[in-house]
Amino acid sequence: MDRAKLSFFRIIRSKLSGDFIFEAVVGFFALCILFLAFLLFRELFIESGLSRNSFGLGFLTTSTWNPVSEVFGALPFIFGTLVSSFLALLIAVPFSLGIAIFLSELAPEKLRTPLSFIIELLAAIPSVIIGLWGIFILAPFIHDYLAPPLSTYLGFLPLFQGPMYGGLSMLTGGVILAIMIVPITSSVSREVIMTVPTHQREAAIALGATGWETTRIAVLPFARSGIFGAVILGFGRAIGETMAVTMVIGNSPRISESLFSPSYTMASVIANEFVEATSKLYISSLIEIGFLLLVISFIINIAARILVWKLLNVEGGGVT
Amino acid sequence: MKWNKRKIIDRVMSILTAACVVIAIIPLLSILYTVIINGISAVNLDFLTQIPKPVGEAGGGLGNAIQGTFIVVGIACLIGLPIGILAGVYLSEYGQNRFGRTVSFVADVLTGTPSIVAGMFGYTFIVLYFGSFSALAGGVALSVLMIPIVTRTTEESLRLVPGSIKEASLALGIPKWKTTLYIVLGTARSGIITGVLLSIARISGETAPLLFTSFGNMFWANGLDKPISTMPVQIYTYAITPFPDWHAKAWGGALILIILILILNIGVRFVTRRKYGM
Amino acid sequence: MNRLKIILILILAGMLLTGCVSKQPVEVQPTKAPATVTLNGAGATFPYPLISKWSSEYNKIKPNVQINYQSVGSGAGIKQITERTVDFGASDAPLTEQEFANISGILQIPESIGAVVISYNLPGIKTGVKLSPDVVADIFLGKITKWNDPGIVSLNPDTQFPDKDIIVAHRSDGSGTTFVFSDYLSAVSPDWKSKVGKGKSVNWPVGLGGKGNEGVAGLLSQNPYSIGYIELAYAKLQNISYSYIRNKAGKFIEPTLETTANAAAGAALPAGDASWSKVSIVDAAGDNSYPISSFTYLLVYKDQTDQTKGKLLAEFLWWAVHDGQKYSSDLLYVPLPKDVISLNEKTIRLMNNNGQTLI
Repeated sequence: MDRAKLSFFRIIRSKLSGDFIFEAVVGFFALCILFLAFLLFRELFIESGLSRNSFGLGFLTTSTWNPVSEVFGALPFIFGTLVSSFLALLIAVPFSLGIAIFLSELAPEKLRTPLSFIIELLAAIPSVIIGLWGIFILAPFIHDYLAPPLSTYLGFLPLFQGPMYGGLSMLTGGVILAIMIVPITSSVSREVIMTVPTHQREAAIALGATGWETTRIAVLPFARSGIFGAVILGFGRAIGETMAVTMVIGNSPRISESLFSPSYTMASVIANEFVEATSKLYISSLIEIGFLLLVISFIINIAARILVWKLLNVEGGGVT
Repeated sequence: MKWNKRKIIDRVMSILTAACVVIAIIPLLSILYTVIINGISAVNLDFLTQIPKPVGEAGGGLGNAIQGTFIVVGIACLIGLPIGILAGVYLSEYGQNRFGRTVSFVADVLTGTPSIVAGMFGYTFIVLYFGSFSALAGGVALSVLMIPIVTRTTEESLRLVPGSIKEASLALGIPKWKTTLYIVLGTARSGIITGVLLSIARISGETAPLLFTSFGNMFWANGLDKPISTMPVQIYTYAITPFPDWHAKAWGGALILIILILILNIGVRFVTRRKYGM
Repeated sequence: MNRLKIILILILAGMLLTGCVSKQPVEVQPTKAPATVTLNGAGATFPYPLISKWSSEYNKIKPNVQINYQSVGSGAGIKQITERTVDFGASDAPLTEQEFANISGILQIPESIGAVVISYNLPGIKTGVKLSPDVVADIFLGKITKWNDPGIVSLNPDTQFPDKDIIVAHRSDGSGTTFVFSDYLSAVSPDWKSKVGKGKSVNWPVGLGGKGNEGVAGLLSQNPYSIGYIELAYAKLQNISYSYIRNKAGKFIEPTLETTANAAAGAALPAGDASWSKVSIVDAAGDNSYPISSFTYLLVYKDQTDQTKGKLLAEFLWWAVHDGQKYSSDLLYVPLPKDVISLNEKTIRLMNNNGQTLI
């Protein structure tokens, strides 16, 4: 009987070997990641229940945001978020592509690392400091030097009509977002471009192509889906951005055709009004906006990662 | 002639793309310049060591905000680093299965969580549960942002360790867990630390998650379960006031924050450069 | 590479050590001296300059008591005290019937009186532009859009107004100041009452949103040709021009400590633990009353759960409504009239811990 007990313990001990325990422990922490994602969604989903039940899908299409009469509709914020982010893309993507191409194909070797480091430094600057700069430097600049010519030459478009209130407008919001997403869009594009196999480039050069032609013919088409993924990543970043946008966009929940009008984004309304929403419905509506924001940015990130991983994982590289 | 035209286009594109880089650097230079010029006049020893004075009284500083940032980021690290690093270890060494791939994917997607949502989570999860704003809640909200980043960078750093090192260790009879813990982690040390320092730099500057978790405090920190002042929130609060002396303090705070973050970022690059002998 | 480990550990240790170090004075003190107690408050931006002055003066008298006030808006203050995440709230608006019903046992203690002024940023034009109630309502309704509109010009024949669009600024957060202003507009403009109504957050027909009195004052300073509503203290501190409003008696009144006090004189006030939702001193009668005035309230629970904190809180409130009032005028707040102080004394005496009164 003693021997049976001994071998029983021996079996347990061998099963509970260092390897097993270690793998179990780190596996537990990996599980924590899933748990975190689950918690995030669950918490926001449950707390937004009152609003979802009261307004249903109409929440997405109502443009009234009235805490007095307790009618809440997220449309102005969805509009503000989408338009400012699209505007940011419009401005940022050409620059990001140019930077990515320059730094991976056309620049002299010695300059590549320092220049890419400098661009990434922009991403390291906290949003609130960019917002600070935005209030005191960018907004007056846009008001004084960018708005008047736009108004004079392109004023026939409803986009550029109406007064600009001291630079706090959708346009300024879009510009500041563009500045903030250039680093990530350009660095991911650059990584994608660098995974294009050298033989593609060599083939083009062998045929007598110039540097630019090589890029245009051999590299870009190959990297197309990855670059698209980088663009979507930038879009995802722009959508979730809070502080810098809140400080320059004017915080006015109205839908307007003009880029000169103030606007309001989903992240900004939460930042401004969350601490003070007194009624249960008000709080729930703000949480529902947060939930929408989470879902939208998740979907965008998933799409972007799929596109980028497809290209990068093929070559075994990593994404930061 | 056709040949010349192509050469010209090539030149033009080189110049255009270079111009993109130059134009993109302009805002960065403008921001750094503005922060330095405006901030330097506000920063002095008093600024770093005193608490704020009421409106209209001269002097005072952001001493408590600097302290608060260290504390809240410290809490986030205590929560986020173990989870992030150990999860990263799992994903790299044991994660070649459906579970591992799912977790890696989810972690990647979580890196894009909007910071305001992390703050909302901190509020409903900690603030309401304990009944007060606290440094703890702020730390938890920041860790939500930190964990995915640290997980992914740890995973990537570990993956870079050559298989030959692992195999050599296993061939010598060292169990897998010891191999991972001592050999692999040791080799990937600088990459992991890079990831950690970069994530610290990132969360030190976050404002949105702290707006309704750590809240703010006019005095020195006196407990992890009490509201606490932090630099980003203090900068934001001062920035939107109409008082010029508070604007000056906001710039001063911005200068200190940027210096802190730049030290972390540049220090990191310096370290990795030395390791890989570039 | 050991160096790196050491550096990392030092950083982490340093972060937490600073936390511990600051706590040490509390543990090392001899048992006779009381530990530092922080009383946390949140709410209206209007009384922030006054409360922060009180906080530093009271800390000189009682070094172990720290009053930590965050100015996040009346709406936030009410919410935080409802959820008991702070020890006291502050609001320029009395609790609505609904809010009062939601919190059981709340006391409303007016600690000061303020004037909401219509401020503007017009280059070359000083304080004193005369405005009538309907003109003000029309500007904020978006019906009057230019500075040289006949409505404005006719009231100020001697001033040259520019042909520029009016930039309207309002609050983006839940604000007692908004409540007072919208209360006033609802009282004087049936159009406003039906279209917008009164509340701490309303559906503004036009304008830019700023956070807190500070945010709106900031918008005004940074944008020429703008107009907005802020508390008098903020306008004076920032040298922002403000207008004289025509009151019920037909006179154009300059917002001063005196005219604001006149508006509060003789107001019929309920008991501290009753509902104050009907209290309003806007558009007050009287020749020399400023029409956009209001009390500002501190909100505390009648039943304090923590004996130490409750006592310190009650003592602070007592000090604030008595000695604290001497700091009011310098910061441009109206000191409380004697009858309001007596009413507050009765209210503070209602504060108790398990039935035992605290003061």
